[in-house]
Amino acid sequence: MTPRSFTSIAALLMAGSGLSIGPDKTYLLENRLAPVMRKHHLDSLDALAAKLRPVSFGSMPGGLEQDVIEAMTTNESFFFRDDKPFTHFRTRALPQLLADRPAHAKLRIWSAAASTGQEAYSLAMILQESAAMLAGRSVEIIGTDISREALGRAREGLYTQFEVQRGLPMQSLVKYFRKEGSQWRIADSLRQMVQFRSLNLLADLRSVGQCDAVFCRNVLIYFDQPTKSRVLAAIARQMPSDGVLYLGGAETVLGITDAFTAQAHERGVYERVILPPAQAALCPPSFAGAAARG
Amino acid sequence: MSDSTKTCLVVDDSRVVRKVARRILETQGFIVREAEDGQQALLACRAAMPDSVLLDWNMPVMNGLDFLKALRSEFGPGQPPVMFCTTENDISFIEQAIENGAQEFIMKPFDEEILLGKFSQVGLL
Repeated sequence: MTPRSFTSIAALLMAGSGLSIGPDKTYLLENRLAPVMRKHHLDSLDALAAKLRPVSFGSMPGGLEQDVIEAMTTNESFFFRDDKPFTHFRTRALPQLLADRPAHAKLRIWSAAASTGQEAYSLAMILQESAAMLAGRSVEIIGTDISREALGRAREGLYTQFEVQRGLPMQSLVKYFRKEGSQWRIADSLRQMVQFRSLNLLADLRSVGQCDAVFCRNVLIYFDQPTKSRVLAAIARQMPSDGVLYLGGAETVLGITDAFTAQAHERGVYERVILPPAQAALCPPSFAGAAARG
Repeated sequence: MSDSTKTCLVVDDSRVVRKVARRILETQGFIVREAEDGQQALLACRAAMPDSVLLDWNMPVMNGLDFLKALRSEFGPGQPPVMFCTTENDISFIEQAIENGAQEFIMKPFDEEILLGKFSQVGLL
C-alpha cells in the first residue's frame, strides 16, 4: 500500500469514526479490510483507497466508506463486562438517581457504544430486577453504535453459546434466554426495554436527549486527545447536573475535560460537573488539555 | 504450599478435558486434583475437601448430578463451589444444576477465557 493510500484510509477513519490509526497499523488494515475488498471486487488496498469518497466529520456515509468504518471498529462486548460498573449502577447510582427525581420522572440510560447489545441488555436485566425500587417508574435504555451490522445483531438479541457464557451468570441465562437451535434468544421483555439507534459519537448528539446515566466504555481508547475531548463535552451536554458517566477501566477524563470529575474510590465512574458561568469562562476546555501537557 | 493456595478437583471421564482444565487452572495458582467419575470424586472430597469442583455431567459409575446431590447431602449446602462443565446445554440441565446447589454452568466446548471468567464470577479468582 502506498503512503498516499494509507493517508486516504486513515483520513476516512478519523473523519467518519474518530478512529486514530498510525502507519504501524497497516497490518490491521490488510486483515480487516480483506472482506470489504472482496465484497466490492477490489484487488488491493490501493484500489480501495482510490475509490473512497471524502466524508464529512461525524457523518454516517453508507456504501464502501461505511463498510470500511464498520470493518475497522471493534465490536467486542459481553454481558456485565468488568462487573464493577454494573454493581455500582445497581447499588449506588440507581438508588441515588431515583431518590433525586420526582416519582413521575422518566429515567433514561444510554449505552453509547452498544455494539451487539450486551451492555444495554445487562442494564435492562438490572432494571427489571430493580422493579421494587423503580415502583412503576418509566425507564428508557438507548443503545447507540456506529456499526449498523452490530446494531442489527443487538436488535435481533440472538447470541452464540460462547457469548452467553461471557459474564452472564447461569441464573440470568435461565431467566432471560431461551434456546433457538444452537443459539440463545434474549427475552422480549428485555428487548422491549431497549431502543437501538445508529449514531456516530462525533455527530450532533442532541437527538439522544437527556440521559441520567451514560455508559461509554472502551470506545475513547480508540480516539485521539482532541476527539476524546470533543466527545466527552458532547456527552456532558446530554446529561443533567447529577448524571453519572461510566468509562472503561483504561479510560479517564483527567486532562481531557473538566465536565466530569472522578468519583472517589470508584474506578471508571464520573460525576457531571457544571461550573458556575464565571468559573466556566475562566476554565475553557482547552485549559484542561494545556494542563495535561504541562 | 502457602495457606492461600487454592485447590480444585476436576471431575471428568475424559483425560484430555482434565488435562486442559488442569493447565488453565494451574496458571492461576490452583493445585489441581483429578477424578474420573462421581464416586472417585466423592472419595476425594471425603479425604480432603477441595476449594472448588469442576464437574462433568455424563460419566460412568456415578454421574455429575448424583455426585453433587451426594456432596451437598453429606457436607451441607454452599461449599465448596461446584461448576458444571458439560456438553449438556439445554435449559433443563442448567435448572437442575441450580436446584441441586451448583454455582455455575459451563457449556463445552470451553476455553481459558470462559473457564477463568466463571471462576471469577463465583469469587474464586
